[in-house]
Amino acid sequence: MSALKIKKGSTSHSAYNLRPTFSDVVEKHTLAVLVENEPGVLARVIGLFSGRGYNIESLTVAEVDHQGHLSRITIVTTGTPQVIEQIKTQLGRIVPVHEVHDLTVEGASVERELAMFKVAGQGEKRVEALRLADIFRANVVDSTLESFIFEITGAPEKIDAFADLMRPLGLVEVARTGVAALPRGD
Amino acid sequence: MVVQSLIDQGVDTVFGYPGGAVLPIYDEVFQQNSIKHILVRHEQGAVHAAEGYARATGKPGVCLVTSGPGATNAVTGLTDALMDSIPIIVLTGQVPTFMIGSDAFQEADTVGITRPCTKHNWLVKETDALSGTLHEAFHVATSGRPGPVLVDIPKDVQFATGTYSGPKPSASHYQPRVKGDMEEITELVAAIETAKRPIFYTGGGVINSGPGASQLLRELVEATGFPITSTLMGLGAYPASGKHWVGMLGMHGLYEANMAMHDCDLMINIGARFDDRITGRIDAFSPKSKKAHIDIDPSSINKVIKTDIPIVGDVGHVLEDILKVWKSRGRKTNASAVAQWWTKIDEWKAVDCLKFKQEGKTIKPQYALERLEALTKDHDRYICTEVGQHQMWAAQYLGFEDPNRWMTSGGLGTMGYGFPASIGVQMGHPDALVINVAGEASWLMNMQELGTAMQFNLPVKQFILNNERLGMVRQWQELLHGERYSHSWSESLPDFVKLAEAFGAKGILCDDPADLDDAIMEMLNHDGPVLFDCLVEKHENCFPMIPSGKAHNEMLLGEAETQGVIDAKGSVLV
Repeated sequence: MSALKIKKGSTSHSAYNLRPTFSDVVEKHTLAVLVENEPGVLARVIGLFSGRGYNIESLTVAEVDHQGHLSRITIVTTGTPQVIEQIKTQLGRIVPVHEVHDLTVEGASVERELAMFKVAGQGEKRVEALRLADIFRANVVDSTLESFIFEITGAPEKIDAFADLMRPLGLVEVARTGVAALPRGD
Repeated sequence: MVVQSLIDQGVDTVFGYPGGAVLPIYDEVFQQNSIKHILVRHEQGAVHAAEGYARATGKPGVCLVTSGPGATNAVTGLTDALMDSIPIIVLTGQVPTFMIGSDAFQEADTVGITRPCTKHNWLVKETDALSGTLHEAFHVATSGRPGPVLVDIPKDVQFATGTYSGPKPSASHYQPRVKGDMEEITELVAAIETAKRPIFYTGGGVINSGPGASQLLRELVEATGFPITSTLMGLGAYPASGKHWVGMLGMHGLYEANMAMHDCDLMINIGARFDDRITGRIDAFSPKSKKAHIDIDPSSINKVIKTDIPIVGDVGHVLEDILKVWKSRGRKTNASAVAQWWTKIDEWKAVDCLKFKQEGKTIKPQYALERLEALTKDHDRYICTEVGQHQMWAAQYLGFEDPNRWMTSGGLGTMGYGFPASIGVQMGHPDALVINVAGEASWLMNMQELGTAMQFNLPVKQFILNNERLGMVRQWQELLHGERYSHSWSESLPDFVKLAEAFGAKGILCDDPADLDDAIMEMLNHDGPVLFDCLVEKHENCFPMIPSGKAHNEMLLGEAETQGVIDAKGSVLV
């Protein structure tokens, strides 16, 4: 364990195992970043991404350890292996960052996202939307005579698929939380 | 409480400028004698002075400035220190906590503005957290890869009384790793044992690691007999008079250094970061070499150049381990191949890329520096520079025998850095000879600090190579923009001698090579700040040069055909 608590050699891409894998292939990685819950820490992380031109596909943040004063930021990002490596080491350099984990390469992990869909329509379309929601195990959390709000939880791909199905059935508004993720096992 | 924290951190000098939001701290400064406060004339000057002080003494530099404009004026200096990894602590006043966000007089979102240009910053909203934060600030600034930090202190927090706690650096979760991985170190040692064409490529990290690291570097270089080159920031870690020194590398580096980098088979990067001024064209950078990289900052490794042997750790610790392992394995090198490699390097050296002809009645800038070197090299000497051609010439023509003797703005390239930096250096070393090699344009950017030098009786020597041009801009316009010299000269330069006299300092004008030695001696013999206006050849270009977008082995050596050497792709680079 290093001072930054990045597990040494825990992955082929860990911050302290810097064997280069320079390739042009753009990969999608999910990073879990444990940070000190102090003012400005999110601005530091976001500023790093915008300042150095990295991508953010999704970002979620919340306090996870009230006593330890720690928040967990889950970032889904894309880039070549070199860029991903840079993102991780640059994140590790931010003083209030305690740990950086690349869940994509540190073994299997579970990713979940919550989304709400407002679908407006009447007649057959409204019935079809309800039927599909049932198949996707989405819950109805609000309803009017002309609309539903569905709540759905799952991997981002599942939510994408649900959105594709709802679009022709009268999808008017979507709210998504972004990805939260945990590694499997212990 | 602020002053007590500074005293407990061993601070003896603070550079600053008062204002409404820091008055309570200034009141405390007034009532004590342990800390000297140097009143600068502009907050940028305070930060550069602190940088100069830090770099010349190895201790962190400290600044105290007010809110709003005081803080925003510090931004350039903070960015400069971030790029060059200089440990400084900037304390800014802030409007009282209950007024934050109300667009109060002299309010600025200081932590927001300085977030990207500090290593870390804090806004202290509770007095009880103040001393702990200040000690943490010193810890963060000086550990790992050093850098600037800022603590923003609202005025009501300054007025309030709270509980003071002393320094406890071990309490911080921020503990960067300093020991290198032994497996990687052993791999590097194995590479050292067999390398045919090795080179050490060292940088500012060696200086930052402390004098011990320079000592270990010298031991390793002498023991292996490998050639060594250095970046601008690393000059002095290995002595310029050393047998294995091949000079500075990079855009305006020496021919032999760049050719050796290009043709080497083992490159050992120690505390440098493959800056674009060093690498030139990335895909043609040292194509045949195995590259080892020692750096305390993991993000420097593989950022630009693919590294074969990455070693994360402090240079001093890693060098110690390398020496230990290398010695225990029998101190082997491929001596006969290295001897052949030296023959090749000596051929490149014979090109004599720094040769110039001093003829006629106009002083060549190179000649001026050659004479400055000859007349000052035996002094206890510290050199600062501004940014531009004179900076590169100073790096080429002056010799640095020890670390911490060369203060220059490398990463950010801040014109106006050198003069205030020289003031900071002189504060750290009151009896030493401190010279700022300047261009007239850079020097004018922070000329107000002449008042500081006079007030505190700091005998800094300002050696201005005055070509009445923005020399480096002019050179690029000549090479790249069809000799259209758009706004690269000033038509209303001051009379520097009179300017000096207006501040009560001494001014010396020299425009004849025959008078140069006497004039330099006059400068050295004067006990007080001197403004030396050295009128030099106006159109001299800085060579050798790797044009933008070119490789190390495509250097321009002199006034040969320079038109059209930078292609369209290279011209977008700076």
